[in-house]
Order: sequence, then C-alpha cells, then structure tokens
Amino acid sequence: MAHDDDSKALDRASQPSPGLAVAVSDPVQNPGLPPHRERMTDRDPKAMKAAVRTVYTLFYLSVAGSIWAVAAYMLFPIESGALIDVRHNNMFIGIGIALALLSIGIGAIHWSKAIMSDKEYIEERHPTRGKDETRAAAVQAFAEANEESGFGRRKMIRNSLIAALVASVVPGITLFRGLAPFNTPENPIAGDPVALLSHTMWKKGMRLARDPDGTPIRAADVQIGNAVHVIPQPLAELGHEEGYLEEKAKAIVLLMRLLPEQLIEDENRKTWSYDGIVAYSKVCTHVGCPVALYEQQTHHLLCPCHQSQFDVTEHAKVIFGPAARPLPQLPIAIDDEGYLVAQSDFTEPVGPSFWERH
Amino acid sequence: MSTSTVHEETKSKPLGGRFVGAASNYIDERTSISGIVKELGRKIFPDHWSFMLGEIALWSFVVVLLSGTFLTFFFQASMVPTHYNGAFPPMRGVEMTAAFESALRISFDVRGGLLVRQIHHWAALVFIAGIGVHMLRVFFTGAFRKPRELNWVIGYVLFILALAEGFTGYSLPDDLLSGNGLRIIDGMVKGLPVIGTWTSFLIFGGEFPGSDIVGRLYTLHILILPLLVIAFVALHLMLMIINKHTQFAGPGRTNDNVVGYPMMPVYMSKMGGYLFIVFGVIVLIASFFQILPFWEYGPYDPSPISAGTQPDWYIGFADGALRLAPPNLDVVFLNHTWSFGILIPVLVLGLFIVVVAVYPFIEAWITGDKREHHIAQRPRNAATRTAIGVAGVIFYAVLWAAASSDLIATHFMVTMEGVIHTLQATLILGPILGYFATKRICIALQKKDREIVLHGYESGRIVRLPGGEYIEVHQPVDVYDRWKLIDVDNYEPLVVRPNAKGRIPWTENVRSALSRWFYEDRLSPLTQAEITEADSHQQHVSINTEETVAHEVLDAHQRAGVAEDQIVSSDGEKIGETPNVPSSVIAKDPVKKPKNPADGRE
Repeated sequence: MAHDDDSKALDRASQPSPGLAVAVSDPVQNPGLPPHRERMTDRDPKAMKAAVRTVYTLFYLSVAGSIWAVAAYMLFPIESGALIDVRHNNMFIGIGIALALLSIGIGAIHWSKAIMSDKEYIEERHPTRGKDETRAAAVQAFAEANEESGFGRRKMIRNSLIAALVASVVPGITLFRGLAPFNTPENPIAGDPVALLSHTMWKKGMRLARDPDGTPIRAADVQIGNAVHVIPQPLAELGHEEGYLEEKAKAIVLLMRLLPEQLIEDENRKTWSYDGIVAYSKVCTHVGCPVALYEQQTHHLLCPCHQSQFDVTEHAKVIFGPAARPLPQLPIAIDDEGYLVAQSDFTEPVGPSFWERH
Repeated sequence: MSTSTVHEETKSKPLGGRFVGAASNYIDERTSISGIVKELGRKIFPDHWSFMLGEIALWSFVVVLLSGTFLTFFFQASMVPTHYNGAFPPMRGVEMTAAFESALRISFDVRGGLLVRQIHHWAALVFIAGIGVHMLRVFFTGAFRKPRELNWVIGYVLFILALAEGFTGYSLPDDLLSGNGLRIIDGMVKGLPVIGTWTSFLIFGGEFPGSDIVGRLYTLHILILPLLVIAFVALHLMLMIINKHTQFAGPGRTNDNVVGYPMMPVYMSKMGGYLFIVFGVIVLIASFFQILPFWEYGPYDPSPISAGTQPDWYIGFADGALRLAPPNLDVVFLNHTWSFGILIPVLVLGLFIVVVAVYPFIEAWITGDKREHHIAQRPRNAATRTAIGVAGVIFYAVLWAAASSDLIATHFMVTMEGVIHTLQATLILGPILGYFATKRICIALQKKDREIVLHGYESGRIVRLPGGEYIEVHQPVDVYDRWKLIDVDNYEPLVVRPNAKGRIPWTENVRSALSRWFYEDRLSPLTQAEITEADSHQQHVSINTEETVAHEVLDAHQRAGVAEDQIVSSDGEKIGETPNVPSSVIAKDPVKKPKNPADGRE
C-alpha cells in the first residue's frame, strides 16, 4: 500500500492516496483536550472588575485621543511653510489618531482575552470535496447542458466560436499600439523607437554647455582633473513641453580633462579628444542611470545605481560591474572662439542595450 | 413565511430589543442572511500567534486603501509642466510636473496631508512585509499542502500584486529617485529580446521619460491593481473559510477537527481589535518617522543622481540581482543584441518566482500524498522542506543585500568589488551551506524532541547523593505538552516498480530520486508502545532514585549515630528553586519533594 501510485483508482473510491506516507502501526495516542484552566478573571471577581475597568478606560482614552487629534489639527497650522510646523502638525495629529486607534485595539483584545469566555470549542472538519451526490448532480448539469446545446457534438460551432472569441480580442490589443506615437509629417521618426534611440540632439559644431544653466565651456577653462556635467547648448533653451527631458536623457555628457599622455587612445579616435579633454555619454550602458561619479585619481567613472565602472583612460571601457559596453564617446573639437564643440552626434546609440542595436 | 410566525417572533422580546429584531427580520426576509450568520457566526478558528501574520497584511491593506483614497482627492497624476507656488519655500518657482507639485501640496499645504502620505507609504511597506512573513509561516509549517495549494498560489499572486502596487506608487511623485527607478525599469525592459525596445516605447508613450508614464502608472496603481488585490483577497479568505484554518498539533487537536474560539464574539473582537492595533502602530510610525522626503531630491531630471541610490526595500532583491551580474555579457548574435547582463538576472528572478509559486505542487507530486492536511507542521519535522526554505531565504537575502552593495562598502570601509564578489559567491554557496546546516539542525531538533518525550527534560537540578554521587534529575514532560513534540507523519522514499507495461517511466525515476532526497534520513515516528515503555522506565528510575536516596540518607544517619526521629525536614525553608524549563515544555511537577505538599508549586 505504501507505494501504491494508482491514486486515481483510490480517488474514485473517495479514499485519497497517502502516497509515500506510511501508517504507523501503533501510533501515539492523542491525549485529548487538557482540562480547562481558569484565568485570574474567572477565579477572582476583583480581577474581573479590574479587567472591565481597564477596557472601558481604554475606550474612553480613545475618545480623548480622537478629540486631541482634532484639536491638534487646529492648533498646529502649517501655512507658514516652515518644515518644523509641518513636522509638528504631522506628529501631534498622528499621536492623537494613534492613541485613538491603539486604545480601541488594545481594549478590544483585552476584552476578548480577559473577559469573554475562553471556552474552547471543537468543530469537525469535513472533506473539502463535495458530497458524491452533489458531484454527480454537477456532472449531470454539465452533461445535460452539453447534450441540449450540442457543444461537444457540434465541433464546427464550438471551434468557430473559440476562433471568433480569440480573434475578437486582437482589435483590443491593436488599440494599444496607440500608447506610443506614430510617425508624423513633422517628425518622421516619432513612431520608430530604433531610429529615436539611434540619435541624440548632438550635431556637428554644437557647443558643449554646463548642465543645467547652458553656459558654453572654453577648453582653457577645463582644468586637469576636472569633470564637467555637460548638455548641448541649445538644450537649455528647450522647454519641458518641447522634449527637454527626453533629449536630455540621451544627450547628457561627462567631460573630463586628463594629462594627454594618460589617455590610451585608438588610432581612429585620436582626433575625438582635445588636448586631454574627453567627452563620454553620461548614460550608463547597463540600464541607463547617469554615470555621475568620477574618481579623479583613478580616472574611473562609477554608476551609483549598479556600480558599473568605466576607465576613462581607455575609451571608458567596462572594468567592473554589470554593464556590457563602454560608454559611447562624443567626438569633440574647439571652435574659433576656443569653445568646445561636438564634431558630430555619437557614433553609436547611447544608453542601455536593446534588441535592434546592431 | 406565514404571518403568524412573524407575529409570534415579534411578540416574544427579540434579542437586542425591538428595533434590532425588526431590522434583522427585515433584512433576513429580503436576503436570507440568517443562513450566513448561522454558518459563520460561531465558526471556530484555532489560535496561534503566527496566524495573525496574515492579518497584519490584511489590515495594513485596509489602511493603504483608506489613506490612498484620501490622497487621490489631492494628487494630480499628470506630467504637465508647472511651477510650485505653495507654502514650502525651497521648492517655490521650480519647474516640475503637476504630479510632483501636487505631492508637494499634499505634504506642505494640506494639514495632515503629510501624515496621510506617510501613513500610506508606511502601510504599504507593512503590507508587503506582512505578506512576506505570512508566506514564510505558511511555507515552513507546510500549510500549503492539500487542500490549500491553490490558496498558496492566490496568496503568491497577491505578493506579486503588492510588489507591483508598491512600485507603481513609488513612481508617482515623479521625483529624482523614482525617476531613476523608472529609468532602471526602462533599461531592463529594453534588454529583453525581441519585444524589449517596443515594450519600453509603448510603456513610456515614446521616448523615456515622456509625459505619460505617471498617468498610466496611476491608473494601474489606483484602479486595476487594487481591484485585483481586493478580488484575490476575497478569494483567499473565502478559501480559508471553506478549507478551515490549519491548526498546530496539540492535545485534542486532530486532522479532523478545529479547536479554538468562535468567530463571534472572540475573533470578532480579537481581529477587529487587531485592525485597530495595526492601524494605530502604522499611524504612530508615520507620526514619528519620515519616509521618502522627496522634496529633498527634487523633480526628476535625467542628469543628476546621488550616491547610495536604492529602491524601496521590497524591490531590493531585483535591483540586487542586476548588480550581481558579471560584466561584459552583451552578445551580438543573428544581428541582434542579446544583453545577458540583464537577461540572466531577469531569468534567475523569474525562475525563483515560479519555483516558489509552484512549490506545493512539486512537493505534492513527490509525496503523491492526496490526503488533506490540516495540522500545521513544526518546521523541524519537515527537515528537507525547511532546509529548502532556508536556502531560498538566503538566496533572497543575498540578492537583497546586494541592492546595498555600495552602502555596505562605504559603511564597512571595504572595496566595492570585494563586496560584489563576496555576494556573488554567497549567492551560490550560501543557499547550499544553509540547506545542509538547516537539515542537520532540524534532524538534531527532532532527536532532541524524541529525547524529551522518552526521557523527560533535563531539569538542571543536580542532586548530590550522600554517597557522593551526582545525578541530574530528569523531569517527565506533561502528557499534554508532550503530544506537541510527537510527530505522527511518516514518509518513506519511493521504491520504483515497473508499471503494468513492465516499464519504469523516467518521471518515476526522478520522483524516486527526489523522494530519497526528501525522506532518506528521517526519523520514524514513535509508537505508543515506546512511549508506554519509556513512561514505565521513567517511573522505575525515579522510584529507584528516591529509594536510593532514602537508603543512603538512612545509612549516613546511622553511621553518624543520629536517630531517625531527630531529623527535621529542611523543606520548611524555601530555597526558591526554579527548574529550568524549556520554553516548549511545561513541567507538571517541577520539583519532587517527599514531604510537605503544601509547598508544592505549580
């Protein structure tokens, strides 16, 4: 019996299989309910009286708490805007409400534990499955419905109905395409995420400017060891309605100046830096946090979200953490007035990897 | 119902007075609600402190609903740019979204608004924590076994829904922290193969961050997710009532009964009271402890960020999983980017979530046990399951700790790399070590229980016999308390046998291997015969000890030449000796004293 796996047969006989369970031939006997132990409040009328007193005192205390909360609402205004006033308002109303609630709660539980009868009752359990007649009746109901409708017999009707129901969901799903915009005459790539992700607002000759005020940066002003948070100069004039945050989310750059000999540059990227000044996308290639922390001594950039580290001396390659790609480099130069400008847009998409990236 | 009976009912004074009687009659004649009251009014619930953990979750959800409803009257789920001009000076004139602005107004321009916002946030945290500990209780006591497997899954869905509620709510103020949280979600979604780019595009209504996400999250947060939570909570409770609550093994408690107190009045009072206590404690926390001072971070901007960025704790395990992925895992294959640095954590988390959700079915398949189980097991008596649970807890905890890897590094002055590498190793080794250690501890505890059942507990009372011998007195355990220590379940590993066709399906081989893993090193339960024998032995020993003592005392006295009647009992002076009683065991007779029973303590 112990390893009987023909559980279906047993189920049918409404005798659930014990599976791998084995019965103990001589199980230890349950001693049955222990004798009831009286509480203090059952034995001593004084204790009962005290308990009753405690409970109603708590309930009245709750009323006091509620009154206090309303009083505190009026006594502690916040209209000055001072943080301390807000704190007081928060705290004193809160204390009142907490007192009101906790007193009700503690009182009610004390009532149930000390005053209400603590006689334990026994209720029998019954198998969760329905009674055999009920189950038979349920099966009968389905059988009759099936017979009368021909649901099982007329397969064409049934299958076509299933097809229709499934198909009817599709238009609803289609509507959700509208969650994101389509291409428009004004913006021919508005509905193309891949195209949008592939470009930022950087253009040839666009000045590098400080984040967030938008003042342009002269190469001469960037000291060795400096790290400057950079945006494209025109971004500062962009309003929030005009895509400021969306453009900024892609275009932010970190500018650093190192000793030119510290840079280990690829042959084809030698012209992308200017006299030890390099510019890298500030958007982490892992999941897109701003890589805002620059370790001046080691020339490492650190992303505070997941601790990816990038080595600025070697084209921001990943030296630690979950990021998979170096930060894209922004090719820079200086214009006639000595201001730093971009040579072009980034040559690859910035930010996290995505499926269509290559 | 005939008019005469109604007349009769009203003539004899009804319970609660004429009005209550008439009102009850009115309602019952239109709803037949008396049937429900009859069924549920005196329904018996068992009592145990751990059964209230789920209640914490339930009641904190009530608090979340109430406080959240208040907040909706003030919150603007819009990303329209605007400027704050309320009372709080540092934020005046700053450009921000309407969402952030209204969150500021709730905090600084509505009296008690900050309190309600803090109540809402704290209650949400308590809600998720409550679900967490409730799940652990259910898991470790095996309360998910038949017939409650479905309720486990329903509860698990509630856990996921609660996480979703938490995350969507966290993102609503549109502050710097939550914006970065959304940014991380965006990056994760983009990393998914095939659907990633477009999914992110659709979620954010264009490019990140766009101007739609707060409104969309709001709809999820206050409409769809709460509806689902309420529906699943209703299902969860309905099934709990249908299945009746599990109870711990105890005297008089069997698999076929429920012993406890009735719904009315005891549980109504206890549970209702507990609602107020949970509510009160949350309000108390919200009055004294600030949570999410979003005005310090400012509105979302993609550029700034602060070191030590962390999500709310319940999302920590997912963030930690991202942090522990090794570097440089992007693969370009078939002209597409497979970012395994994101996929691996996502898959690991997904697998973890699925395994936990279906665990009851795995265990049910291995045991093949189709009987109903209503006795909550002690974790030690299901050693393998407990060990698996501990392994899972460690796995989760390591991921969770990883979400603070940078803070661990800065607080303990260790390297960031060292912390990550240590956590990576711990993520693999920790659960394995935890598994084996827990299994051994469980089996050792089973043996300890058995020792106590058979030989009593060590009373800690050392008696020096006049002959110089020292003995420790073992006290027998009270028969009612002893029952709690006795495990009655017994399983044996599956022995594979060919089926009717003479074959052994591979599934049976797997099942057999798993069942060996589960049940190979298990103690078989005690029998009544063993207990009876131990009892008589115990009695024999204690009589024997007493006889020896008496005999030796007599001998010593005779040697000393003291006559028997000169000896005065020393029991008159109380020594105040208290036996060292294990917490789970209550001694019936703590100290055996031959004379002066008036001094006997209970």
